[in-house]
Amino acid sequence: MDGSPERIVNPWGVRTPYAPGTPWPVRTDMHLEEGAGEDDVERWVRSASILHSNGDALDIAVRDGRIVGVRGRAADRVNRGRLGPKDLYGWQANHSPDRLTRPLVRENGRLVECDWDTAMDRITSRTKTLLDERGPGAVGFYTTGQLFLEEYYTLAVLAHAGIRTNHLDGNTRLCTATAAAALKETFGSDGQPGSYEDIDHADTIALFGHNMAETQTVLWMRILDRLEGADPPRLLCVDPRETPVARRAEVHLAPRPGTNVALLNALLHEVIRTGRIDRDYIGAHTVGFDELVSRVAACPPGWAAEICDVPAAQIERAAELLGGARRLLSTVLQGVYQSHQASAAAVQVNNLHLIRGMLGSPGRGLLQMNGQPTAQNTRECGADGDLPGFRNWQNDRHVAELAEIWNVEPDAIPHYGPPTHAMQIFRYAEQGSLGMLWITGTNPAVSLPELARIRSILAQERLFVVVQDLFLTETAQLADVVLPAATWGEKTGTFTNADRTVHLSEKAVEPPGEARPDLDIFLDFAARMDFRDKDGGPLIAWRDPQGAFAAWQRCSAGRPCDYTGLGYDKLRHGSGIQWPCTEDVPDGTARLYTDGISYAHPDRCESYGKDMVTGATVTPVEYRSLNPDGKAVIKAAEYLPPHEDSSPEYPLQLITGRTVYHFHTRTKTGRAPELNAAAPDVWAEISPAEAAVQGLAEGDLVQVTTPRGALRARLRTTAIRDGVVFVPFHYGYWDTPRGHRPPDGLPGRAANETTITDWDPVSKQPLFKTAAARMTLVARRGTGTGTEGTEGTGTAGGTA
Amino acid sequence: MSGIDITLRALHHGERDLEGDLLAAAERHRTEHEFHHVATDVARWSREHTTRLAALGRDRGLDLSGPRERPASGAPAALREKASEALGRRPQTGLLLLHDLRDLHLAAAGNSLHWEMLAQAAQATRDQDLLGLVSDCHPQTLRQMRWTNTMIKVLSPQLLVSV
Repeated sequence: MDGSPERIVNPWGVRTPYAPGTPWPVRTDMHLEEGAGEDDVERWVRSASILHSNGDALDIAVRDGRIVGVRGRAADRVNRGRLGPKDLYGWQANHSPDRLTRPLVRENGRLVECDWDTAMDRITSRTKTLLDERGPGAVGFYTTGQLFLEEYYTLAVLAHAGIRTNHLDGNTRLCTATAAAALKETFGSDGQPGSYEDIDHADTIALFGHNMAETQTVLWMRILDRLEGADPPRLLCVDPRETPVARRAEVHLAPRPGTNVALLNALLHEVIRTGRIDRDYIGAHTVGFDELVSRVAACPPGWAAEICDVPAAQIERAAELLGGARRLLSTVLQGVYQSHQASAAAVQVNNLHLIRGMLGSPGRGLLQMNGQPTAQNTRECGADGDLPGFRNWQNDRHVAELAEIWNVEPDAIPHYGPPTHAMQIFRYAEQGSLGMLWITGTNPAVSLPELARIRSILAQERLFVVVQDLFLTETAQLADVVLPAATWGEKTGTFTNADRTVHLSEKAVEPPGEARPDLDIFLDFAARMDFRDKDGGPLIAWRDPQGAFAAWQRCSAGRPCDYTGLGYDKLRHGSGIQWPCTEDVPDGTARLYTDGISYAHPDRCESYGKDMVTGATVTPVEYRSLNPDGKAVIKAAEYLPPHEDSSPEYPLQLITGRTVYHFHTRTKTGRAPELNAAAPDVWAEISPAEAAVQGLAEGDLVQVTTPRGALRARLRTTAIRDGVVFVPFHYGYWDTPRGHRPPDGLPGRAANETTITDWDPVSKQPLFKTAAARMTLVARRGTGTGTEGTEGTGTAGGTA
Repeated sequence: MSGIDITLRALHHGERDLEGDLLAAAERHRTEHEFHHVATDVARWSREHTTRLAALGRDRGLDLSGPRERPASGAPAALREKASEALGRRPQTGLLLLHDLRDLHLAAAGNSLHWEMLAQAAQATRDQDLLGLVSDCHPQTLRQMRWTNTMIKVLSPQLLVSV
């Protein structure tokens, strides 16, 4: 990549080594557009990063009413001034000439521009018709992990108590649902136990299916700086790819995809067998240990070695590392969450920390990660298939509390079942009982599994689709109404990162054309629908972000995610505060569970739990008898073979994932020149040995085929596990001739053409990392043959 | 034949049939993805139960056949899957799913009650082999029941009301 910007070539920048227990040094990163200097900047506007989940604090540089760059905020606890490549360059997408500036409605099969009244009238009249004719269950909402807290909360009230539908979920279902589910299973409630500062203290860091170097560059910088300093931590990496994390790890386990539970059960077996457990902690703070002991007794390393295809000695070494740690930090991400038995595996990592007593003190932490910048808010505000404030839909007192806050009758809030998850919402749309789907800030026509199916669902005449976005995405092209939304830097609100840190993001510039903040659009809809509370007052009385925040504070009071001690002024003058933040703890809370388990009591918990295999809900009575005192629940899980495994017809296992240069479906990052140039097109990775077996070589154009469909990509050979093919999921069709789909009669380039429709029964997270595939040659390297959208420099990027 | 033997035989047939019913329903509802996959997973439990009941029966001189051959790859299975995909876009298919879940729940409940009878008899006769088998298997039958009950609870509002 000659001539590429320095932070494209080296995404993590220069090192600032530090020793354990000392503060992470400051390093201020900045990027301004060409020709602009720091002196030219008229205003610096407070915000945080919106293109990943790390929550790096930054200030937006404004000149002449335009964003001209960004600078990391040195005072912030999360990043101490650092920014990743997506933050440094991604803001340019705000200026993209193809931003949506007017609403669109479908007329005679084509989307045409219109005014806001026309578009909103069309939405409200369809909503009212459906409510009259078929009831609230005919209306669904599919939102994102990229709006602001105030917007999610407003949407949650509007959907749960206005429309009174149970069908509201976020694309957080694809990235972080398992994190939430695993925390609920173990601790009774969502809420990240650990803190990023645990990196400063840990002597051992275990990364389970978490390519932190590419998903959270700034957090990885923190680890790199520890690795370069005195007394560096030892790393364990579990990943079928040889990621940058794997290259720095003392032990790297590369199991067969779909076998995480077998591997973790063997690790737990070894930790227990060697007596590296904290019996006092187990006795004081947990229930269920005996069941775990008997479950993993049958899972020695030799057993797992067969299933995972990892040498038993390697598993023993990894267990030695985990068992010998004095300050153990574990992080978990998509390699677990998007794989077979997602929740069962994530819960075993929780179990590891419980039986070792590694929770709630510096360096002893657990981070069940998020994939998106504001996913935490989707979860806590109840826009993700949970009730707001981590309330329990099976607990009538929780529902009554919510009804009181909203001044509605409890039976006006659907709680006869769990809020519907995204995959089931799409199933209802496919099957015909859902008549309207309002999609905000996400792009299911590229990001959901089995895209031919998703396109055909969205294209149905009988389904009314509203899309609210910045650009005419693949999904927007299939909509009946498209609403132009303002984005980060063009509106004000708060959002919360993966370690519970809340930031304020203020409006820096005007949105383009008639684009409006998502909050304003929801408030407009609520006003047009005339949603009322039980006394005839407006259901949603707030008019602006600060009003929505105040309403949310009231809803959060007394719950684990308590925001009552926060405020816009406080966030404006401080930087980055971790919830819970109350009058009693005005500076926020670094770690949960410093003094036992706080939220698992039957009266308080968000969930009574689920069966790890079937997803069946545990009843309140069962939970109360299992866990009367509200301790952490150690849940054992049996290993099950993956639902789709390799076969003679499909000899490879397909996994999808990210590159450091892109986010989601490239809606923004594909429009930032440096990021786009760094990874302009899809590729497929297999190992050199696998390539030799298949008669393929680096740079060949190949076709990856599964029972669902096929994609074409240039081949990269990397040190990935033999038998596994990796494809990045970012690439769709908006920048190809067909716009929203593959070329006629030819395979496309979206990874999800090939993925399976299957999800974890507990978290309902789709499994993007457990499919069988085959790879065939289309054309040798250097030949021009290709498909639309699969030409270009498929071997650039070099992140593998 | 003793009462225990009669009950063992009845339960063996019940578990064998439940495996077949679960797999057939999984094929019939291929477009109901969660149902399809979990039904296939919990069918495995009934298969194991059938195998173990047959083995215990042999020790007691009973001739129990054990699980059936896998029906999954046969022509009827393929036909059922094709039909399922064609019908997957009709709201009425939802009623069929609820009906199947009800039948599966009742079949699992029948098996559960047989396990309960055997557990009591095993304790009365201090039959450790039988008690061990019941302790291993009965919890999985209860999980099959909780699962079908949860699915009915979650799906009924949509499938009965919003069609």
